[in-house]
Amino acid sequence: MIPSRSLAAALVAGGLLAMPAQAAGPAPLAAQGCLGCHGPNGAGLASGARLAGRDAQELATLLRDYRADRRPGTIMNRIARGYTEDEIAAVAAYFAAIR
Amino acid sequence: MPITRRAALGASLAALAAPALSRAQGAARLLVIGGGFGGASAARFARTQYPELQVTLVEPLTRFVTCPYGNLLLGGYRQIGDITHSYDGLRAAGIRILHDWAEGIDAAGKRVRLRGGETLAYDKLILSPGIAIRYGALPGYDEAAAQALPHAWVPGDGSQTLLLRRQLEAMEDGGVVGISIPANPFRCPPGPYERISMIAAYLKRHKPRSKVLALDAKDAFSKQGLFQDGWKALYGDMVEWVPASKDGKVARVDPAAKVFETEFGERHRLAVGNVIPPQSAARIVLDSGLAAQTGWAEVDPRTLASRAAPDIHIIGDANNGAPMPKSGYIANSTAKQAVASAVAALRGEAPPEAVYFNTCYSHVGDDYGISIVGIFRPGPNGFVEVPNSGGVSPRGDLPEQRRLEAIHADTWYASITRDMFG
Ligand SMILES: Cc1cc2nc3c(=O)[nH]c(=O)nc-3n(C[C@H](O)[C@H](O)[C@H](O)COP(=O)(O)OP(=O)(O)OC[C@H]3O[C@@H](n4cnc5c(N)ncnc54)[C@H](O)[C@@H]3O)c2cc1C
Ligand code: HEC
Repeated sequence: MIPSRSLAAALVAGGLLAMPAQAAGPAPLAAQGCLGCHGPNGAGLASGARLAGRDAQELATLLRDYRADRRPGTIMNRIARGYTEDEIAAVAAYFAAIR
Repeated sequence: MPITRRAALGASLAALAAPALSRAQGAARLLVIGGGFGGASAARFARTQYPELQVTLVEPLTRFVTCPYGNLLLGGYRQIGDITHSYDGLRAAGIRILHDWAEGIDAAGKRVRLRGGETLAYDKLILSPGIAIRYGALPGYDEAAAQALPHAWVPGDGSQTLLLRRQLEAMEDGGVVGISIPANPFRCPPGPYERISMIAAYLKRHKPRSKVLALDAKDAFSKQGLFQDGWKALYGDMVEWVPASKDGKVARVDPAAKVFETEFGERHRLAVGNVIPPQSAARIVLDSGLAAQTGWAEVDPRTLASRAAPDIHIIGDANNGAPMPKSGYIANSTAKQAVASAVAALRGEAPPEAVYFNTCYSHVGDDYGISIVGIFRPGPNGFVEVPNSGGVSPRGDLPEQRRLEAIHADTWYASITRDMFG
């Protein structure tokens, strides 16, 4: 599923990891919130777009654009405003690392 | 509740202890009570993310009927099979599932007694038993009354939701469907208003001379402007909502006569009556001494650990998570933080940073969906909503927004139930 070493590196780079122990643990909890609409492991489901395996930069840019209302949406603007810059980077890196 | 009862339980557990306890060598034992939105999410998250855990789930039902989308069944948009889920996926994931009731928790001894007689020892307990209806809190509304005036607010085996649906089908055109709505806090703040909408949708199609009379113990409610815009546009004067300040508070019900009587004595005779009753945390929480005076459990906002028993994480509707709503999505979100925190504690580590997520979609009618989003973090004295985030769908004449949200709502249901049950 997830190459855990590169995931850990991505998470550290994303700045979310307060404790090293988390690297061995699950997805960042911020990313867990996305699974209720974007399918199992972000694989996409019905009208929920696939997030898994997409470029981290692309995902982070989309989220920042929603947050700044540069991109229209029915709901993602309201969602993206709840997360910090570090969380957006970590969530994008997490989904990008899923193969 | 009674200390005597707990002491008695402790003693009987001590007598039973050793032979009844089973433990795989070395594996930490995570016990989950309740296989609904919180419990199923917790069990599956624990099993898939922390394979070293031994996960046991106790849930009396062999099939779980969701509250979410139950209102769509009332509207005729879903069948019972569409909202019923089996535990096969969780079992296949390696979770031990016991279809039994947890009857008593010995927090000090870290043991749970089941109705079937078995006693389970745990290292960490996740408690997600949902709500109990406070029968008797609304005069006239006891367990027997629920057969005449269904609540359809606790999933059970789905029989309450089906009973309400059958009553709607059997009523004559021209009748009044009454809905009694409680004061805060209660399960699913927008739920009663989605129910008004879905019943109105059914009546408009099949019994157009009928109406919905919603009698509310409050003066304001979730997504109020959006709901009222939708009712006006779709149902005209078929829907009447009466706030507490206009004598909307139901003070007594008469199940035999199907009458709702308000605070100031007005008696509404109904063709069908739906009572959404006052609620508390589920019985097991009250009986184990884990609830505060309010009837809900107090928890640490960072870990969901009970303020009364640190090895028990209480998630879902049973805790006092205000200002977070009592929703399926919050149950799912708090489940994951509770499991991650329990594992961190077992490893002697600090809990991870918490961020809790909620979305509640509501269907107002055909191709007409609305939503509310809330993102929360732990604060010094409880849960705090992230400023300038979340909120409700925009108001106004926005048919494309409404059409898309109805579609995305269906995606949410499919996606969250996959996250729970696999
Ligand atoms: C009409 C309606 C519509 C709703 N719509 C939505 C929606 O669109 N979106 C949303 O997010 N939320 C919605 N909700 C709210 C959602 O249903 C609840 O918030 C959610 O179910 C709470 O999860 P829980 O785990 O606390 O309880 P539940 O899901 O009720 O699960 C509790 C489980 O514990 C079991 N249990 C109880 N006691 C014991 C015991 N002693 N031993 C073992 N097992 C026990 C029960 O059998 C039950 O299966 C809706 C609710 C209603 C009523
Ligand atoms: C409540 C449902 C819901 C949740 C939860 C949710 N999304 Fe979305 N997402 C949507 C919808 C719906 C869209 C389509 C745009 C819109 O209407 O807002 C979307 C679009 C997106 C897109 C753009 C996809 C594309 O290719 O255009 C990205 C990226 C995204 N979401 C990421 C996330 C991330 C990351 C999270 C978790 C932090 C998340 N979403 C949580 C519903 C959701």
